[in-house]
Amino acid sequence: MGIEVIRPGMFTTVQDLGRAGHAAEGFPECGACDKRTLAAANALVGNAPGAAALEFTILGPELSARKDCAVAVCGMGLAPKTNGKETEVWKPLFLRAGDVLNVGALARGCRGYIAVRGGVRVPAVMGSRSTDTRCGIGGVEGRALRAGDLLPVEACAEGEWERLARRARALGRLAPLAWERAAEPVVSLLPGPQDDLFPPEALETLTAAPYTVAVDSNRMGLRLEGAPVRAKAGMDILSDGILEGSVQISSGGGPIVMLADHQTTGGYAKIATVAPADIPILAQLRPGERVRFRVVDRREALRDLRRLHRTLRLWTARFKEE
Amino acid sequence: MEIKPAGLTGLLCVLGKTADDATAAKVAALDRAIAARKLTGVVETVPGFASLLVRYDPLRISEGRLRRVVERLAETLDAAASAPARVVEIPVCYGGEFGPDLPFVAAHAGLTEAEVVRIHSQAAYPIRMIGFLPGFPYLGGLDARLHTPRLDTPRAAIPAGSVGIGGAQTGVYPLESPGGWRLIGRTPLRLFAPGKEPLYSAGDAIRFTPIGPEKFREREAAAWASR
Repeated sequence: MGIEVIRPGMFTTVQDLGRAGHAAEGFPECGACDKRTLAAANALVGNAPGAAALEFTILGPELSARKDCAVAVCGMGLAPKTNGKETEVWKPLFLRAGDVLNVGALARGCRGYIAVRGGVRVPAVMGSRSTDTRCGIGGVEGRALRAGDLLPVEACAEGEWERLARRARALGRLAPLAWERAAEPVVSLLPGPQDDLFPPEALETLTAAPYTVAVDSNRMGLRLEGAPVRAKAGMDILSDGILEGSVQISSGGGPIVMLADHQTTGGYAKIATVAPADIPILAQLRPGERVRFRVVDRREALRDLRRLHRTLRLWTARFKEE
Repeated sequence: MEIKPAGLTGLLCVLGKTADDATAAKVAALDRAIAARKLTGVVETVPGFASLLVRYDPLRISEGRLRRVVERLAETLDAAASAPARVVEIPVCYGGEFGPDLPFVAAHAGLTEAEVVRIHSQAAYPIRMIGFLPGFPYLGGLDARLHTPRLDTPRAAIPAGSVGIGGAQTGVYPLESPGGWRLIGRTPLRLFAPGKEPLYSAGDAIRFTPIGPEKFREREAAAWASR
């Protein structure tokens, strides 16, 4: 076996890009909430952007290597330690058999990622290794990690790790992998699909003042507190398909933004949809923090998505070519 | 049909204003037509009660092109393609330990338990949509005599395979879950089987066929062995 979990951290799960293609059967997509940071961590150890890695929530795990392996720890304001000594973040790390990596807590943001060279090799379920805790599938027994779990990973020789480290230094000069979220970020919205069920001032309400992330937010959705958004009639619609980023308005007028584990269908009206490039920002908000919304047009949202994809491609290509 | 953009990655194709059989048939027909077209850039489709969400990768297909293709497909949907694809038989052991609320449903309807079972197992219920849980079918067509209010306090855990009635709807729980429906029976089939071909999908119909407790045990053992 490869890596032993000494302490699991907070809601640490195995995640990749998710289980798309099964929404019609009712399976949530799951996958990393912040796919940008997942891709960065994977690039640092020479993996494809969507290789299975660990996602933790604020508090990272303590892990013990059972064999030599290469990992990368990515998250905002982390100070991880190997065998009690401060080690690097957003860089490839070489763990020798017996080394203990204590990831620690995020000083900022909400989710961190630990990638392992070769990916976390739990069995794939329906084409994905992502943990779906509600259905109990994927990851380690379909649940969050516990102390004593053993994660199957590939061994990495020291020579190979040195190559990874050289590439990471070159890449770091070319395009920084670390990113920070603004203290009160502004997230882009595209109106629809049910904006017509709301009075014209509803979008103004949603974009006028910041919203605060509620404590009952999770991987399914970000519940927001702030100025209530009123509909013309009721908020209920004939249930229809939901996307990551759909902004539902609940019966109390509170917006809920759907994240990776969202249900496949729902019966609340959706006033707007978050631009895909801004999903990682939402994934990095923790309860009590504030977010603002603004309305953009398709062209701008598409330009942002292209830019994000170019960055991810650059990281991956750079690691392949050398 | 009205096509509404759902963000940068979705087109919501609205095919009706109510959850009825004709609308569900149109949704299923459009879904099949899009699947048959095998368009590059279409990620998946999600049927709703009166709509089909088409999810796509905007870096691989433009919204304009996808919209035109969907509009063309919608124009040529034929009636034959709109008929329910299959009727899936689901064996159910009604009453007793498997259907603790059967007496309540019968009393509420002013019928005997046997009459409730007969009425419930006669119809082929069209699957309007799958959602809430993997494989949870939203079914149309429950006989008005069997409409029964939900429990005031939902049960914390309903066993997988439970068949129930909630208001004007009937359905089956594929996974253990909390729920407020009145439970009238249980199927021995294992409906939640990730990675296996689903037994049914939106557009199909379900018929519940009564079986006795002995047959239930037998089918239960066989279902778990095979799926």
